Amino acid sequence: MALSASNLNAGDTYTESLVEDLKRTQIVMYAGASGDYNPVHTDEKFTKELAGYPSVFAHGMLTMGMTGSMLTNYVGDGRLTKFGVRFTSQVWPGDSLNATATVEDVADGIVNLKVETTNQDGVVVLSGYAAARVD
Amino acid sequence: MAVDKFPVEGSHIMMFARSVGDDNQIYYDSAYAKGTEPGGVIAPPTFAQSSAQFDPDYFLRPKPGEDWFGSGKDATGIKKKSSGGGGGGGLHAEQHFEYHRHIGPGDVLTATVKQGDGWEKEGKRSGKLIFSETITEYHDQNGELVITARGVGVRTERPVDQ
Repeated sequence: MALSASNLNAGDTYTESLVEDLKRTQIVMYAGASGDYNPVHTDEKFTKELAGYPSVFAHGMLTMGMTGSMLTNYVGDGRLTKFGVRFTSQVWPGDSLNATATVEDVADGIVNLKVETTNQDGVVVLSGYAAARVD
Repeated sequence: MAVDKFPVEGSHIMMFARSVGDDNQIYYDSAYAKGTEPGGVIAPPTFAQSSAQFDPDYFLRPKPGEDWFGSGKDATGIKKKSSGGGGGGGLHAEQHFEYHRHIGPGDVLTATVKQGDGWEKEGKRSGKLIFSETITEYHDQNGELVITARGVGVRTERPVDQ
């Protein structure tokens, strides 16, 4: 279902829970599907003993992918024209993430959205924007 | 990463959608997808990143007969000393996509990569940060630009403080 421009107002928000208690297995699934097998995402021994982090952590692109799911649920399938993000904090196994899209403006059949994903402590882990075609 | 041939396939799209926790039927059920606005299975918004699977030289994939820096018996399979900096692969700082058309099974893409800007910054939590930008253009089998991607990678002087 696509959005209708006449029903959208600056400041409108849409929020989804992306994941509760992120599992290492989901990170492994993302590694396998995306082809990014960097051991810092799946190899606890390497990551603790060599890379110097307390545990493996999620691919930024896993967080972006989950956030993309919130966006397509909101704007409809095949409607996105732009999606860009900065990764502002790492995401760890056990984290629970919420993502919010906020309407910035609607013009010429395009809605511009501010996008933010936060963890259970309210820390912003991803910050960005998206644009989508609306009816 | 430059890729000569990235065939977009239904089973890959299904696995990718599962991996990001997205159970939208449009990513695996072609009968359902036929009745949607796109009219067929399409790929999720960040799927183009999985073109890494089709880059023969992608350095973050173990290859037969080559050393791999992840653990086996020891913490790393590489005997020489690590250069440090976040553990070998660097970190992903930014990613941007522009969609000119939504891709789906049957598309065969190429990816061409241009080096973008590079810059440095002093970080509070990880020492000196060295950023580098790449722009990847995905073209389809008809030579049409379908996705423009811009990525920014960062190498840190030391692991990011927690």
